[in-house]
Amino acid sequence: MTQNLLEVENLRVEFPTRRGTLVAVDDVSFSIAPGEVLGVVGESGAGKSLTGAAIIGLLEPPGRVAGGEIRLGGQRIDNLPYEKMRRIRGKEIGAIFQDPLTSLNPLYTIGRQLTETILTHLEVSEAEARDRAIKLLQEVGIPAAERRIDHYPHQFSGGMRQRVVIALALCANPRLIVADEPTTALDVSIQAQIITLLKRLCRDHGAAVMLVTHDMGVIAETADRVAVMYAGRIAEIGPVRDVIKRAKHPYTEGLMGSIPKLGGDEAKLAQIDGSMPRLTAIPKGCAFNPRCPKAFDRCRAERPDPIAVGDTKVACWLYDDAHKAAAE
Amino acid sequence: MIAFVIRRLLQAVLVMLAVGFVGFSLFAYVGDPVSIMLGQDYTQEARQRLIQDLGLDQPFFIQYARFIAGAAQGEFGISYRLARPVAELLLERLPATLELSLCAAVLALAAGVPLGVYCGLNRDGWLARLLLSVSLIGVSLPTFLIGILLILFFSVILGWLPSFGRGDVVQLGGWSTGFLTPTGLRALILPSITLALFQLTLIMRLVRSEMLEVLRTDYIKFARARGLRNRAINFGHALKNTLVPVITITGLQLGGIIAFAIVTETVFQWPGMGFLFIQSVQAADVPVMAAYLMLIAFFFVLINLVVDLLYYLVDPRLRIDKGAAGGHGGH
Repeated sequence: MTQNLLEVENLRVEFPTRRGTLVAVDDVSFSIAPGEVLGVVGESGAGKSLTGAAIIGLLEPPGRVAGGEIRLGGQRIDNLPYEKMRRIRGKEIGAIFQDPLTSLNPLYTIGRQLTETILTHLEVSEAEARDRAIKLLQEVGIPAAERRIDHYPHQFSGGMRQRVVIALALCANPRLIVADEPTTALDVSIQAQIITLLKRLCRDHGAAVMLVTHDMGVIAETADRVAVMYAGRIAEIGPVRDVIKRAKHPYTEGLMGSIPKLGGDEAKLAQIDGSMPRLTAIPKGCAFNPRCPKAFDRCRAERPDPIAVGDTKVACWLYDDAHKAAAE
Repeated sequence: MIAFVIRRLLQAVLVMLAVGFVGFSLFAYVGDPVSIMLGQDYTQEARQRLIQDLGLDQPFFIQYARFIAGAAQGEFGISYRLARPVAELLLERLPATLELSLCAAVLALAAGVPLGVYCGLNRDGWLARLLLSVSLIGVSLPTFLIGILLILFFSVILGWLPSFGRGDVVQLGGWSTGFLTPTGLRALILPSITLALFQLTLIMRLVRSEMLEVLRTDYIKFARARGLRNRAINFGHALKNTLVPVITITGLQLGGIIAFAIVTETVFQWPGMGFLFIQSVQAADVPVMAAYLMLIAFFFVLINLVVDLLYYLVDPRLRIDKGAAGGHGGH
């Protein structure tokens, strides 16, 4: 197996508050191989965006990495001083945020924002930076890029702006792109175009992607592997085919079951009863146990760690040897 | 763009007409100019003649139109108190007020903006907290008290700076300037600080809160994610986005500085328009009051026009550019 590009080990993100410390991301471990697309799904508040923010080193204070390690190409990056991490952001790790309408500075032309990013990270002249910016705009499918480069963000539609944001993320040929809900704010008709574009460009540039989303459809189309997060922990992580077709964790099963199927004639949409616990009131044992149809005593007492089942790892006591032995 | 300027100029004319009406109304309601001009002994005949000479027997609108027509040519009549043309009196004192206001505005901006940026960037630092607390004094202490305290400390106790007047001035073709002599410059220090302090603290607090607001936006987060240098983010991206509200307030404050120089000029016996105005109020010198009112209104209108034009420079979204907006709606 080739060396992993990104390794996250036992990551813990905490928010100190007046009423005690909230653990927003708890003991999360995963890795991304070069060029691989890892999808991260979960409900809002599951900790998926915070995991992304921790990787690019932009957790908003008072949030902080309280434990674990993040390594990029073998080098530890979670404890770097601000200035060293700044050099990695944009150059090694690109980021794409949710809302393209607010990601661009309204007062500067997109050309200026592209060239300043290129000049920050690469040793090129201004003219070369501009040429590179035009090339990037052409790559992301902006028509008449030579002319449009001097336009301001408000002169572009939402989909076009997200293309510009993608071009900005790719400016310095990063090895990893952290894309946080890149299509959520867009019209449904444009979402597919942007996802296809993102996938193609990352393949062309050899960049791996951590794709944070709550849209299972996007994951199914795009990702190589998928991590399902619940209440700050990874419930299940494995190849996308396995996780979608043969979901192991009861939570993943529930998620898959709640996607309406075309042509299906169920009168009622399946749903998971209850809602994700607040960070202040995470239940003892497995965080999912109050909503889990298959929960048994151990789930209410002990927190499960990921257990390897084939290529998948699943944090569920159902897959523990002792439980399986008892069931047989 | 040109249409915009024309529209604004028409609005400015309307504002000036309205202010002119208020100024003109002063003549009708503040004292009786005829009695003032005639003194104590007069005949009914002399009174009638004066009323005719002054055009006071004409209908209201004709009088108003005459006043406006005169004002437009810089003709505001004769001061009751000093018996000299009002325009001349104001022009003599204009340089003193403008120089003082300019120094105060430059001081307020040059100190207020950097301090505000500093407090915005280091919101939890002890120095930023201290500055913020001290700035409350500037916002809440009345100007005359600040002036008197400064005089007490620097003129009376320490004896470093003059407590009144402009010092020596140099005449430069009708413009008397205090910038060219040591005493003139020294005399500017205390009044400038007094006049600037309120504006300085206001600008500082405004820039701080705008910076905090902008630093929370997505495009600043994205700029960080792009790995831009802090300098570029704070001063290139964040500060520029705070400019529109800062320009608005600063512009209005600049008008305020000129207008409220009245108090500072009185405290420091500064021979400017504000001091003249206070003396005129005491003597019910209506022509001077009316002219001063119109002049200050004119400054406000002028500054607002400049502020609106500055918006265009700063914010591209306001530049109506139909040809380039073709990208709207395209995917």
